[in-house]
Amino acid sequence: MPLSKKDIEYTSTLAHVQLSEKEKTLYLGQLESILKYIEKLNELDTTNVLPMDHVLDLENVFRKDEIKPSVNRDQVLNQAPKQQDGFFLVPPVIE
Amino acid sequence: MELSVQSLQEKYTSKEISTVDCIKDVFQTIRDKDSHLKAFLALNEAASLKEAERIDQKRAKGQSLGKLAGVPIAIKDNLMTIGMPTTCSSKILEGYMSPYNATVVEKLKAEDAIIIGKTNLDEFAMGSSTENSAFGASRNPWDITRAPGGSSGGSAVAVAGDEVVLGLGSDTGGSIRQPASFCGVVGMKPTYGRVSRYGLVAFASSLDQIGPFSKNVRDAALLLEVISGKDPMDATSVDKEPPLYTNAIEKGVKGVKIGVPKEYFIEGVDPEVKKSIKDTIDVYEKLGAHMSEITLPHTEYCIAVYYIIATAEASSNLARYDGVEYGYRASGKLGLKDMYKETRGQGFGPEVKRRILLGTYALSSGYYDAYYLKAQKARTLIKQDFDKAFEAVDLVLTPTSPTTAFRLGEKTDDPLNMYLSDVFTISANLAGLPGISLPCGFDKSGLPVGLQLLGRAFEESAVLEAAHAYEQATDHHKQKPKFETESSA
Repeated sequence: MPLSKKDIEYTSTLAHVQLSEKEKTLYLGQLESILKYIEKLNELDTTNVLPMDHVLDLENVFRKDEIKPSVNRDQVLNQAPKQQDGFFLVPPVIE
Repeated sequence: MELSVQSLQEKYTSKEISTVDCIKDVFQTIRDKDSHLKAFLALNEAASLKEAERIDQKRAKGQSLGKLAGVPIAIKDNLMTIGMPTTCSSKILEGYMSPYNATVVEKLKAEDAIIIGKTNLDEFAMGSSTENSAFGASRNPWDITRAPGGSSGGSAVAVAGDEVVLGLGSDTGGSIRQPASFCGVVGMKPTYGRVSRYGLVAFASSLDQIGPFSKNVRDAALLLEVISGKDPMDATSVDKEPPLYTNAIEKGVKGVKIGVPKEYFIEGVDPEVKKSIKDTIDVYEKLGAHMSEITLPHTEYCIAVYYIIATAEASSNLARYDGVEYGYRASGKLGLKDMYKETRGQGFGPEVKRRILLGTYALSSGYYDAYYLKAQKARTLIKQDFDKAFEAVDLVLTPTSPTTAFRLGEKTDDPLNMYLSDVFTISANLAGLPGISLPCGFDKSGLPVGLQLLGRAFEESAVLEAAHAYEQATDHHKQKPKFETESSA
Protein backbone atom coordinates (compact mmCIF):
# COMPACT_ATOMS: atom_id res chain seq x y z
CA MET A 1 0.00 0.00 0.00
CA PRO A 2 1.65 3.25 -1.08
CA LEU A 3 1.99 5.89 1.64
CA SER A 4 0.91 9.47 0.93
CA LYS A 5 1.96 12.77 2.40
CA LYS A 6 -1.52 12.93 3.92
CA ASP A 7 -0.82 9.70 5.83
CA ILE A 8 2.35 11.22 7.25
CA GLU A 9 0.51 14.39 8.25
CA TYR A 10 -2.34 12.43 9.85
CA THR A 11 0.11 10.17 11.72
CA SER A 12 2.14 13.13 12.97
CA THR A 13 -1.08 14.70 14.28
CA LEU A 14 -1.95 11.48 16.12
CA ALA A 15 1.59 11.32 17.53
CA HIS A 16 1.67 15.04 18.46
CA VAL A 17 4.90 15.58 16.56
CA GLN A 18 5.29 18.73 14.47
CA LEU A 19 7.11 18.05 11.19
CA SER A 20 8.62 20.48 8.71
CA GLU A 21 7.85 20.08 5.00
CA LYS A 22 11.37 18.70 4.52
CA GLU A 23 10.84 16.11 7.25
CA LYS A 24 7.51 15.06 5.75
CA THR A 25 9.18 14.29 2.43
CA LEU A 26 12.10 12.52 4.11
CA TYR A 27 9.93 10.34 6.36
CA LEU A 28 7.49 9.57 3.55
CA GLY A 29 10.27 7.95 1.53
CA GLN A 30 11.89 6.20 4.49
CA LEU A 31 8.68 4.86 6.02
CA GLU A 32 7.55 3.65 2.63
CA SER A 33 10.68 1.53 2.20
CA ILE A 34 10.44 0.23 5.79
CA LEU A 35 6.76 -0.69 5.36
CA LYS A 36 7.57 -2.38 2.08
CA TYR A 37 10.17 -4.49 3.89
CA ILE A 38 7.65 -5.29 6.64
CA GLU A 39 5.16 -6.59 4.07
CA LYS A 40 7.36 -9.67 4.08
CA LEU A 41 5.19 -10.82 6.98
CA ASN A 42 2.31 -11.38 4.56
CA GLU A 43 4.17 -14.47 3.32
CA LEU A 44 3.34 -16.08 6.67
CA ASP A 45 0.14 -18.00 7.22
CA THR A 46 -0.94 -16.97 10.71
CA THR A 47 -4.56 -18.15 10.55
CA ASN A 48 -4.45 -20.36 13.63
CA VAL A 49 -1.65 -18.57 15.48
CA LEU A 50 -2.36 -16.73 18.71
CA PRO A 51 -0.82 -13.26 19.04
CA MET A 52 1.85 -12.85 21.72
CA ASP A 53 1.81 -9.68 23.79
CA HIS A 54 4.27 -10.90 26.35
CA VAL A 55 6.82 -13.71 26.66
CA LEU A 56 6.09 -14.39 30.31
CA ASP A 57 2.95 -16.16 31.47
CA LEU A 58 2.27 -13.52 34.07
CA GLU A 59 -1.12 -13.35 35.74
CA ASN A 60 -2.19 -10.25 37.59
CA VAL A 61 0.60 -9.17 39.90
CA PHE A 62 -0.85 -7.99 43.20
CA ARG A 63 0.76 -6.38 46.19
CA LYS A 64 -0.49 -5.28 49.58
CA ASP A 65 -2.00 -1.82 49.59
CA GLU A 66 0.41 -0.31 52.08
CA ILE A 67 1.25 3.34 52.51
CA LYS A 68 4.87 4.06 51.66
CA PRO A 69 6.75 7.31 51.29
CA SER A 70 6.83 8.68 47.74
CA VAL A 71 9.31 11.04 46.17
CA ASN A 72 9.42 14.59 47.40
CA ARG A 73 6.90 16.84 45.60
CA ASP A 74 9.18 19.87 45.26
CA GLN A 75 11.94 17.74 43.82
CA VAL A 76 9.56 16.47 41.16
CA LEU A 77 8.10 19.89 40.42
CA ASN A 78 11.57 21.39 40.11
CA GLN A 79 12.09 19.28 36.98
CA ALA A 80 9.07 20.88 35.28
CA PRO A 81 9.64 23.55 32.64
CA LYS A 82 7.01 25.70 34.39
CA GLN A 83 5.35 25.42 37.81
CA GLN A 84 3.18 27.59 40.02
CA ASP A 85 1.76 27.15 43.53
CA GLY A 86 2.71 23.49 43.70
CA PHE A 87 1.25 22.60 40.29
CA PHE A 88 2.56 22.01 36.78
CA LEU A 89 1.81 25.08 34.68
CA VAL A 90 0.48 24.50 31.15
CA PRO A 91 -1.04 26.73 28.44
CA PRO A 92 -4.84 27.18 28.62
CA VAL A 93 -6.52 23.81 28.03
CA ILE A 94 -9.78 25.34 26.78
CA GLU A 95 -9.13 27.81 24.02
CA MET B 1 41.87 0.42 34.38
CA GLU B 2 42.86 -2.73 32.55
CA LEU B 3 41.96 -4.95 35.48
CA SER B 4 39.08 -7.34 35.86
CA VAL B 5 37.00 -7.29 39.05
CA GLN B 6 38.90 -10.22 40.49
CA SER B 7 42.38 -8.81 39.87
CA LEU B 8 41.36 -5.37 41.15
CA GLN B 9 39.95 -6.88 44.33
CA GLU B 10 43.15 -8.88 44.86
CA LYS B 11 45.08 -5.61 44.72
CA TYR B 12 42.71 -4.08 47.25
CA THR B 13 43.03 -7.03 49.62
CA SER B 14 46.83 -7.09 49.41
CA LYS B 15 46.80 -3.29 49.98
CA GLU B 16 48.78 -2.77 46.79
CA ILE B 17 46.33 -0.03 45.92
CA SER B 18 43.69 1.92 47.85
CA THR B 19 40.19 2.55 46.52
CA VAL B 20 40.87 6.29 46.49
CA ASP B 21 44.00 5.80 44.37
CA CYS B 22 42.13 3.52 42.01
CA ILE B 23 39.26 5.97 41.54
CA LYS B 24 41.67 8.91 41.07
CA ASP B 25 43.40 6.85 38.43
CA VAL B 26 40.07 6.09 36.73
CA PHE B 27 39.20 9.79 36.37
CA GLN B 28 42.71 10.60 35.14
CA THR B 29 42.36 7.89 32.49
CA ILE B 30 38.97 9.26 31.47
CA ARG B 31 40.44 12.76 31.17
CA ASP B 32 43.20 11.35 28.94
CA LYS B 33 41.07 9.10 26.75
CA ASP B 34 37.53 10.33 26.62
CA SER B 35 38.17 13.28 24.34
CA HIS B 36 38.91 10.57 21.72
CA LEU B 37 36.40 7.93 22.79
CA LYS B 38 33.45 10.08 23.91
CA ALA B 39 31.98 7.33 26.05
CA PHE B 40 30.73 9.56 28.87
CA LEU B 41 28.01 12.19 29.04
CA ALA B 42 28.40 12.96 32.75
CA LEU B 43 30.99 12.18 35.41
CA ASN B 44 30.48 11.64 39.12
CA GLU B 45 33.96 12.52 40.36
CA ALA B 46 33.40 14.19 43.73
CA ALA B 47 30.83 11.65 44.92
CA SER B 48 32.95 8.74 43.63
CA LEU B 49 36.01 9.87 45.59
CA LYS B 50 33.94 10.30 48.74
CA GLU B 51 32.53 6.82 48.23
CA ALA B 52 36.06 5.46 47.72
CA GLU B 53 37.17 7.02 51.02
CA ARG B 54 34.22 5.42 52.78
CA ILE B 55 35.15 2.01 51.37
CA ASP B 56 38.82 2.41 52.35
CA GLN B 57 37.74 3.27 55.90
CA LYS B 58 35.46 0.25 56.04
CA ARG B 59 38.28 -1.94 54.80
CA ALA B 60 40.74 -0.48 57.32
CA LYS B 61 38.30 -1.23 60.13
CA GLY B 62 37.88 -4.77 58.90
CA GLN B 63 34.15 -4.29 58.22
CA SER B 64 32.46 -6.52 55.67
CA LEU B 65 32.40 -5.18 52.12
CA GLY B 66 30.05 -5.73 49.19
CA LYS B 67 30.73 -8.01 46.23
CA LEU B 68 31.74 -5.05 44.06
CA ALA B 69 33.59 -3.06 46.70
CA GLY B 70 35.54 -0.27 45.02
CA VAL B 71 34.82 -1.48 41.50
CA PRO B 72 34.38 1.42 39.03
CA ILE B 73 31.30 1.03 36.85
CA ALA B 74 29.78 3.10 34.03
CA ILE B 75 25.99 3.39 33.69
CA LYS B 76 24.07 3.86 30.46
CA ASP B 77 22.33 7.21 30.52
CA ASN B 78 18.82 5.78 30.29
CA LEU B 79 19.09 4.52 33.88
CA MET B 80 17.93 6.85 36.64
CA THR B 81 20.60 8.13 39.00
CA ILE B 82 20.25 10.64 41.82
CA GLY B 83 22.87 13.37 41.60
CA MET B 84 23.65 13.02 37.88
CA PRO B 85 21.53 13.99 34.89
CA THR B 86 19.59 11.26 33.06
CA THR B 87 19.21 12.40 29.45
CA CYS B 88 18.75 9.30 27.26
CA SER B 89 21.03 11.27 24.89
CA SER B 90 17.98 13.36 24.00
CA LYS B 91 17.50 17.10 23.83
CA ILE B 92 14.02 16.54 25.26
CA LEU B 93 15.55 15.34 28.58
CA GLU B 94 18.67 17.52 28.61
CA GLY B 95 19.55 18.38 32.21
CA TYR B 96 16.86 16.14 33.71
CA MET B 97 17.68 15.14 37.31
CA SER B 98 15.88 12.04 38.46
CA PRO B 99 14.48 12.15 42.00
CA TYR B 100 15.19 8.42 42.46
CA ASN B 101 17.69 5.70 41.58
CA ALA B 102 16.95 2.76 39.30
CA THR B 103 16.73 -0.51 41.25
CA VAL B 104 19.92 -1.76 39.55
CA VAL B 105 21.73 1.38 40.71
CA GLU B 106 20.54 0.80 44.29
CA LYS B 107 21.76 -2.79 44.06
CA LEU B 108 25.19 -1.69 42.85
CA LYS B 109 25.48 0.81 45.69
CA ALA B 110 24.46 -1.86 48.19
CA GLU B 111 27.44 -3.93 46.98
CA ASP B 112 29.80 -0.93 47.30
CA ALA B 113 30.36 -0.44 43.55
CA ILE B 114 31.48 3.04 42.51
CA ILE B 115 29.36 4.75 39.90
CA ILE B 116 31.79 6.70 37.77
CA GLY B 117 29.43 8.35 35.30
CA LYS B 118 26.71 8.12 32.69
CA THR B 119 27.44 6.85 29.21
CA ASN B 120 26.36 7.79 25.73
CA LEU B 121 23.65 5.95 23.78
CA ASP B 122 21.52 6.29 20.70
CA GLU B 123 18.68 8.64 21.65
CA PHE B 124 16.22 6.68 23.83
CA ALA B 125 18.23 3.53 22.97
CA MET B 126 17.02 3.66 19.37
CA GLY B 127 19.90 2.77 17.11
CA SER B 128 22.85 0.50 16.48
CA SER B 129 25.81 2.90 16.46
CA THR B 130 25.36 5.72 19.06
CA GLU B 131 25.24 8.08 16.09
CA ASN B 132 21.64 8.94 17.03
CA SER B 133 22.83 10.59 20.27
CA ALA B 134 21.90 14.29 20.47
CA PHE B 135 25.34 14.81 22.05
CA GLY B 136 27.54 13.23 19.35
CA ALA B 137 28.68 9.68 18.58
CA SER B 138 31.03 7.56 20.70
CA ARG B 139 34.12 6.06 19.02
CA ASN B 140 35.21 2.47 18.75
CA PRO B 141 38.49 2.04 20.68
CA TRP B 142 39.77 -0.43 18.05
CA ASP B 143 39.48 2.23 15.34
CA ILE B 144 38.10 5.62 16.27
CA THR B 145 36.76 6.18 12.74
CA ARG B 146 34.37 3.31 13.35
CA ALA B 147 31.09 3.02 15.27
CA PRO B 148 31.16 1.27 18.64
CA GLY B 149 27.74 -0.22 17.92
CA GLY B 150 24.67 0.65 19.88
CA SER B 151 22.58 1.57 21.46
CA SER B 152 24.65 1.00 24.64
CA GLY B 153 27.80 2.12 22.79
CA GLY B 154 29.11 4.38 25.56
CA SER B 155 29.19 1.62 28.18
CA ALA B 156 30.83 -0.80 25.71
CA VAL B 157 33.50 1.80 24.87
CA ALA B 158 34.16 2.68 28.52
CA VAL B 159 34.85 -1.01 29.28
CA ALA B 160 36.74 -1.79 26.04
CA GLY B 161 38.83 1.38 26.33
CA ASP B 162 39.79 0.46 29.91
CA GLU B 163 38.24 3.60 31.34
CA VAL B 164 36.26 1.48 33.83
CA VAL B 165 36.02 -2.18 34.89
CA LEU B 166 32.29 -2.79 34.42
CA GLY B 167 29.36 -1.23 32.59
CA LEU B 168 25.59 -1.46 32.52
CA GLY B 169 23.52 -1.25 29.37
CA SER B 170 20.04 -2.07 28.18
CA ASP B 171 19.13 -4.42 25.36
CA THR B 172 15.87 -4.15 23.40
CA GLY B 173 16.99 -5.71 20.11
CA GLY B 174 20.71 -6.26 20.65
CA SER B 175 21.76 -2.99 22.28
CA ILE B 176 24.15 -4.72 24.70
CA ARG B 177 25.35 -7.65 22.59
CA GLN B 178 26.02 -5.82 19.31
CA PRO B 179 28.22 -3.07 20.85
CA ALA B 180 29.98 -5.73 22.97
CA SER B 181 30.74 -7.55 19.72
CA PHE B 182 31.96 -4.41 17.92
CA CYS B 183 34.15 -3.36 20.88
CA GLY B 184 35.55 -6.79 21.78
CA VAL B 185 34.10 -7.12 25.28
CA VAL B 186 31.57 -9.37 27.02
CA GLY B 187 27.94 -8.20 27.02
CA MET B 188 24.90 -10.04 28.25
CA LYS B 189 21.14 -9.69 27.92
CA PRO B 190 19.46 -11.66 30.70
CA THR B 191 16.10 -13.44 30.36
CA TYR B 192 13.13 -11.10 30.15
CA GLY B 193 12.00 -10.69 33.77
CA ARG B 194 15.34 -11.55 35.38
CA VAL B 195 16.41 -7.97 36.17
CA SER B 196 14.15 -5.20 37.45
CA ARG B 197 13.58 -2.39 34.97
CA TYR B 198 12.40 0.08 37.62
CA GLY B 199 14.21 3.30 36.74
CA LEU B 200 15.11 2.24 33.20
CA VAL B 201 13.57 4.74 30.80
CA ALA B 202 11.10 2.62 28.83
CA PHE B 203 11.59 2.11 25.09
CA ALA B 204 9.75 -1.14 24.22
CA SER B 205 8.45 -2.66 27.43
CA SER B 206 7.90 -6.21 26.16
CA LEU B 207 11.55 -6.38 25.02
CA ASP B 208 13.76 -4.18 27.25
CA GLN B 209 16.24 -5.81 29.67
CA ILE B 210 19.19 -4.39 31.61
CA GLY B 211 22.48 -6.30 31.50
CA PRO B 212 26.24 -6.24 32.12
CA PHE B 213 29.34 -5.28 30.12
CA SER B 214 32.67 -6.66 31.31
CA LYS B 215 36.17 -7.69 30.28
CA ASN B 216 35.55 -11.37 30.95
CA VAL B 217 32.73 -13.84 31.52
CA ARG B 218 33.32 -14.22 35.26
CA ASP B 219 32.77 -10.48 35.78
CA ALA B 220 29.57 -10.60 33.71
CA ALA B 221 28.36 -13.46 35.92
CA LEU B 222 29.19 -11.48 39.05
CA LEU B 223 27.47 -8.30 37.87
CA LEU B 224 24.40 -10.26 36.76
CA GLU B 225 24.29 -11.91 40.18
CA VAL B 226 24.22 -8.46 41.80
CA ILE B 227 21.47 -6.93 39.64
CA SER B 228 19.12 -9.93 39.29
CA GLY B 229 16.01 -10.69 41.26
CA LYS B 230 12.38 -9.87 41.92
CA ASP B 231 11.56 -6.23 42.61
CA PRO B 232 8.14 -5.13 43.89
CA MET B 233 8.61 -1.93 41.83
CA ASP B 234 8.64 -3.87 38.53
CA ALA B 235 5.66 -6.17 38.06
CA THR B 236 7.41 -7.90 35.14
CA SER B 237 10.40 -8.97 37.26
CA VAL B 238 10.04 -12.63 38.00
CA ASP B 239 9.95 -14.22 41.43
CA LYS B 240 12.70 -16.78 40.86
CA GLU B 241 15.71 -16.84 43.13
CA PRO B 242 18.69 -16.12 40.83
CA PRO B 243 21.50 -18.65 41.27
CA LEU B 244 25.02 -17.62 42.22
CA TYR B 245 26.22 -17.44 38.64
CA THR B 246 29.89 -17.18 39.60
CA ASN B 247 29.69 -20.60 41.29
CA ALA B 248 28.29 -22.19 38.16
CA ILE B 249 30.69 -21.03 35.48
CA GLU B 250 33.45 -23.60 36.01
CA LYS B 251 31.30 -26.54 34.91
CA GLY B 252 32.60 -26.70 31.35
CA VAL B 253 30.80 -27.80 28.20
CA LYS B 254 31.52 -31.52 28.06
CA GLY B 255 28.41 -33.21 26.69
CA VAL B 256 26.55 -29.92 26.28
CA LYS B 257 24.46 -29.84 23.10
CA ILE B 258 24.99 -26.69 21.06
CA GLY B 259 22.96 -25.97 17.94
CA VAL B 260 24.07 -23.76 15.09
CA PRO B 261 21.08 -22.41 13.14
CA LYS B 262 21.61 -22.62 9.41
CA GLU B 263 19.51 -19.45 8.87
CA TYR B 264 22.27 -17.39 10.52
CA PHE B 265 24.81 -18.00 7.78
CA ILE B 266 23.00 -16.11 5.09
CA GLU B 267 24.19 -13.80 2.37
CA GLY B 268 25.49 -10.55 3.87
CA VAL B 269 27.46 -12.25 6.62
CA ASP B 270 31.08 -11.18 6.32
CA PRO B 271 33.29 -14.15 5.27
CA GLU B 272 35.75 -13.30 8.04
CA VAL B 273 32.93 -13.41 10.62
CA LYS B 274 31.92 -16.81 9.21
CA LYS B 275 35.50 -18.00 9.50
CA SER B 276 35.78 -16.93 13.16
CA ILE B 277 32.51 -18.67 13.98
CA LYS B 278 33.68 -21.82 12.22
CA ASP B 279 36.88 -21.76 14.30
CA THR B 280 34.76 -21.26 17.40
CA ILE B 281 32.70 -24.33 16.57
CA ASP B 282 35.96 -26.31 16.33
CA VAL B 283 37.02 -25.07 19.76
CA TYR B 284 33.72 -26.19 21.27
CA GLU B 285 34.06 -29.61 19.66
CA LYS B 286 37.52 -29.96 21.15
CA LEU B 287 36.09 -28.99 24.53
CA GLY B 288 33.65 -31.88 24.29
CA ALA B 289 30.44 -30.12 23.29
CA HIS B 290 28.09 -31.83 20.83
CA MET B 291 27.66 -29.47 17.89
CA SER B 292 24.79 -29.83 15.46
CA GLU B 293 23.04 -27.85 12.77
CA ILE B 294 19.54 -26.74 13.72
CA THR B 295 16.82 -24.70 12.05
CA LEU B 296 15.01 -21.57 13.21
CA PRO B 297 12.79 -21.21 10.16
CA HIS B 298 11.22 -17.84 10.99
CA THR B 299 14.54 -16.02 11.46
CA GLU B 300 14.07 -13.95 8.30
CA TYR B 301 10.92 -12.35 9.78
CA CYS B 302 12.53 -11.16 13.03
CA ILE B 303 13.46 -7.67 11.87
CA ALA B 304 10.03 -6.96 10.38
CA VAL B 305 8.31 -8.16 13.58
CA TYR B 306 10.69 -6.18 15.75
CA TYR B 307 10.30 -2.90 13.91
CA ILE B 308 6.53 -3.07 14.31
CA ILE B 309 6.40 -4.19 17.94
CA ALA B 310 9.27 -2.06 19.20
CA THR B 311 8.06 1.10 17.44
CA ALA B 312 4.43 0.54 18.48
CA GLU B 313 5.47 0.22 22.12
CA ALA B 314 7.86 3.17 21.79
CA SER B 315 5.15 5.41 20.34
CA SER B 316 3.12 4.74 23.46
CA ASN B 317 5.98 4.92 25.98
CA LEU B 318 7.34 8.18 24.57
CA ALA B 319 3.94 9.92 24.73
CA ARG B 320 4.96 11.14 28.19
CA TYR B 321 7.50 13.62 26.80
CA ASP B 322 5.13 16.50 26.26
CA GLY B 323 6.86 19.47 27.89
CA VAL B 324 4.70 19.43 31.02
CA GLU B 325 6.30 17.45 33.84
CA TYR B 326 9.99 17.46 32.92
CA GLY B 327 12.48 18.18 30.21
CA TYR B 328 12.30 20.53 27.27
CA ARG B 329 9.32 22.73 26.40
CA ALA B 330 9.04 24.68 23.16
CA SER B 331 8.90 28.43 23.76
CA GLY B 332 6.48 30.91 22.23
CA LYS B 333 2.82 31.71 22.70
CA LEU B 334 1.37 28.30 21.97
CA GLY B 335 -1.91 26.64 22.88
CA LEU B 336 -1.73 23.31 24.69
CA LYS B 337 -1.85 21.04 21.64
CA ASP B 338 0.60 23.14 19.66
CA MET B 339 2.90 23.23 22.68
CA TYR B 340 2.90 19.42 22.71
CA LYS B 341 3.54 19.18 19.00
CA GLU B 342 6.28 21.81 18.88
CA THR B 343 7.98 20.44 22.01
CA ARG B 344 8.12 16.95 20.54
CA GLY B 345 8.97 18.13 17.03
CA GLN B 346 11.93 20.16 18.36
CA GLY B 347 12.95 17.90 21.25
CA PHE B 348 13.17 14.50 19.53
CA GLY B 349 15.89 13.63 17.02
CA PRO B 350 15.24 12.14 13.55
CA GLU B 351 15.40 8.42 14.45
CA VAL B 352 13.07 8.82 17.43
CA LYS B 353 10.57 10.74 15.31
CA ARG B 354 10.83 8.11 12.58
CA ARG B 355 10.05 5.34 15.05
CA ILE B 356 7.23 7.22 16.77
CA LEU B 357 5.64 7.78 13.35
CA LEU B 358 6.09 4.16 12.31
CA GLY B 359 4.68 2.86 15.61
CA THR B 360 1.77 5.28 15.57
CA TYR B 361 0.98 4.29 11.99
CA ALA B 362 1.15 0.56 12.82
CA LEU B 363 -1.30 1.03 15.69
CA SER B 364 -3.67 3.42 13.91
CA SER B 365 -7.21 2.56 12.97
CA GLY B 366 -7.36 0.47 9.81
CA TYR B 367 -3.75 -0.74 10.03
CA TYR B 368 -3.68 -2.40 13.46
CA ASP B 369 -4.61 -5.86 12.19
CA ALA B 370 -2.35 -5.71 9.16
CA TYR B 371 0.73 -4.64 11.08
CA TYR B 372 0.61 -4.92 14.87
CA LEU B 373 -1.59 -8.00 15.21
CA LYS B 374 0.23 -9.73 12.35
CA ALA B 375 3.56 -9.00 14.03
CA GLN B 376 2.33 -10.38 17.37
CA LYS B 377 1.31 -13.59 15.62
CA ALA B 378 4.64 -13.87 13.84
CA ARG B 379 6.32 -13.30 17.21
CA THR B 380 4.54 -16.43 18.47
CA LEU B 381 6.03 -18.39 15.56
CA ILE B 382 9.53 -17.08 16.32
CA LYS B 383 9.19 -18.10 19.97
CA GLN B 384 7.94 -21.55 18.89
CA ASP B 385 11.05 -21.97 16.72
CA PHE B 386 13.19 -21.64 19.84
CA ASP B 387 10.92 -23.85 21.97
CA LYS B 388 11.36 -26.56 19.38
CA ALA B 389 15.11 -26.03 19.01
CA PHE B 390 15.62 -26.22 22.78
CA GLU B 391 14.01 -29.65 22.85
CA ALA B 392 17.04 -30.90 20.94
CA VAL B 393 19.88 -28.62 22.09
CA ASP B 394 20.90 -26.79 25.28
CA LEU B 395 22.32 -23.69 23.64
CA VAL B 396 22.25 -21.89 20.31
CA LEU B 397 25.47 -20.47 18.84
CA THR B 398 25.50 -17.68 16.23
CA PRO B 399 27.55 -14.68 15.18
CA THR B 400 26.45 -11.65 17.23
CA SER B 401 26.46 -9.39 14.19
CA PRO B 402 26.86 -10.10 10.46
CA THR B 403 29.84 -7.72 10.25
CA THR B 404 32.53 -6.19 12.40
CA ALA B 405 32.29 -2.49 13.33
CA PHE B 406 31.18 -0.32 10.41
CA ARG B 407 32.46 3.17 9.75
CA LEU B 408 30.86 6.18 11.43
CA GLY B 409 28.46 7.72 8.92
CA GLU B 410 28.33 4.60 6.77
CA LYS B 411 24.70 3.76 7.53
CA THR B 412 23.19 6.95 8.88
CA ASP B 413 21.34 7.86 5.66
CA ASP B 414 19.77 4.46 5.27
CA PRO B 415 17.70 3.52 8.35
CA LEU B 416 16.61 0.15 6.97
CA ASN B 417 20.21 -0.87 6.33
CA MET B 418 21.06 0.18 9.91
CA TYR B 419 18.15 -1.94 11.22
CA LEU B 420 19.49 -4.98 9.37
CA SER B 421 22.67 -4.94 11.49
CA ASP B 422 20.50 -6.24 14.37
CA VAL B 423 19.45 -9.32 12.40
CA PHE B 424 21.01 -11.90 14.77
CA THR B 425 20.30 -10.27 18.13
CA ILE B 426 16.61 -9.38 17.82
CA SER B 427 15.27 -12.94 18.10
CA ALA B 428 16.41 -13.30 21.73
CA ASN B 429 14.39 -10.22 22.70
CA LEU B 430 11.31 -11.36 20.79
CA ALA B 431 11.50 -14.78 22.48
CA GLY B 432 12.58 -13.36 25.87
CA LEU B 433 15.72 -15.51 26.05
CA PRO B 434 19.12 -14.88 27.68
CA GLY B 435 22.03 -14.17 25.34
CA ILE B 436 25.68 -13.27 25.63
CA SER B 437 28.25 -11.86 23.22
CA LEU B 438 31.95 -12.49 23.73
CA PRO B 439 35.05 -11.96 21.59
CA CYS B 440 35.85 -14.88 19.27
CA GLY B 441 38.45 -13.49 16.87
CA PHE B 442 39.53 -10.55 14.75
CA ASP B 443 39.11 -9.66 11.10
CA LYS B 444 41.97 -8.62 8.79
CA SER B 445 41.69 -4.99 9.90
CA GLY B 446 42.10 -6.07 13.51
CA LEU B 447 38.45 -5.49 14.47
CA PRO B 448 36.85 -7.85 16.99
CA VAL B 449 34.30 -10.49 15.99
CA GLY B 450 31.59 -11.48 18.47
CA LEU B 451 30.15 -14.88 19.25
CA GLN B 452 26.58 -15.07 20.51
CA LEU B 453 25.25 -17.84 22.75
CA LEU B 454 21.53 -18.06 23.50
CA GLY B 455 19.96 -20.23 26.18
CA ARG B 456 16.59 -21.33 27.49
CA ALA B 457 14.63 -18.80 29.53
CA PHE B 458 16.14 -18.39 33.04
CA GLU B 459 19.10 -20.61 32.19
CA GLU B 460 21.72 -17.86 32.22
CA SER B 461 24.00 -20.27 34.08
CA ALA B 462 24.25 -22.57 31.06
CA VAL B 463 25.04 -19.61 28.80
CA LEU B 464 27.74 -18.34 31.16
CA GLU B 465 29.27 -21.81 31.62
CA ALA B 466 29.69 -22.29 27.89
CA ALA B 467 30.99 -18.75 27.41
CA HIS B 468 33.50 -19.18 30.23
CA ALA B 469 34.72 -22.52 28.88
CA TYR B 470 35.40 -20.93 25.48
CA GLU B 471 37.12 -17.95 27.04
CA GLN B 472 39.40 -20.21 29.10
CA ALA B 473 40.41 -22.05 25.93
CA THR B 474 41.21 -18.90 23.91
CA ASP B 475 42.86 -15.53 24.45
CA HIS B 476 40.80 -13.16 22.28
CA HIS B 477 39.50 -11.40 25.39
CA LYS B 478 43.06 -10.55 26.42
CA GLN B 479 43.72 -8.47 23.30
CA LYS B 480 43.59 -4.73 23.93
CA PRO B 481 42.82 -1.89 21.50
CA LYS B 482 45.70 0.44 20.72
CA PHE B 483 43.74 3.51 19.73
CA GLU B 484 46.08 5.96 21.50
CA THR B 485 49.04 5.24 19.27
CA GLU B 486 46.81 5.41 16.20
CA SER B 487 45.27 8.75 17.12
CA SER B 488 48.65 10.29 17.97
CA ALA B 489 50.27 8.94 14.80
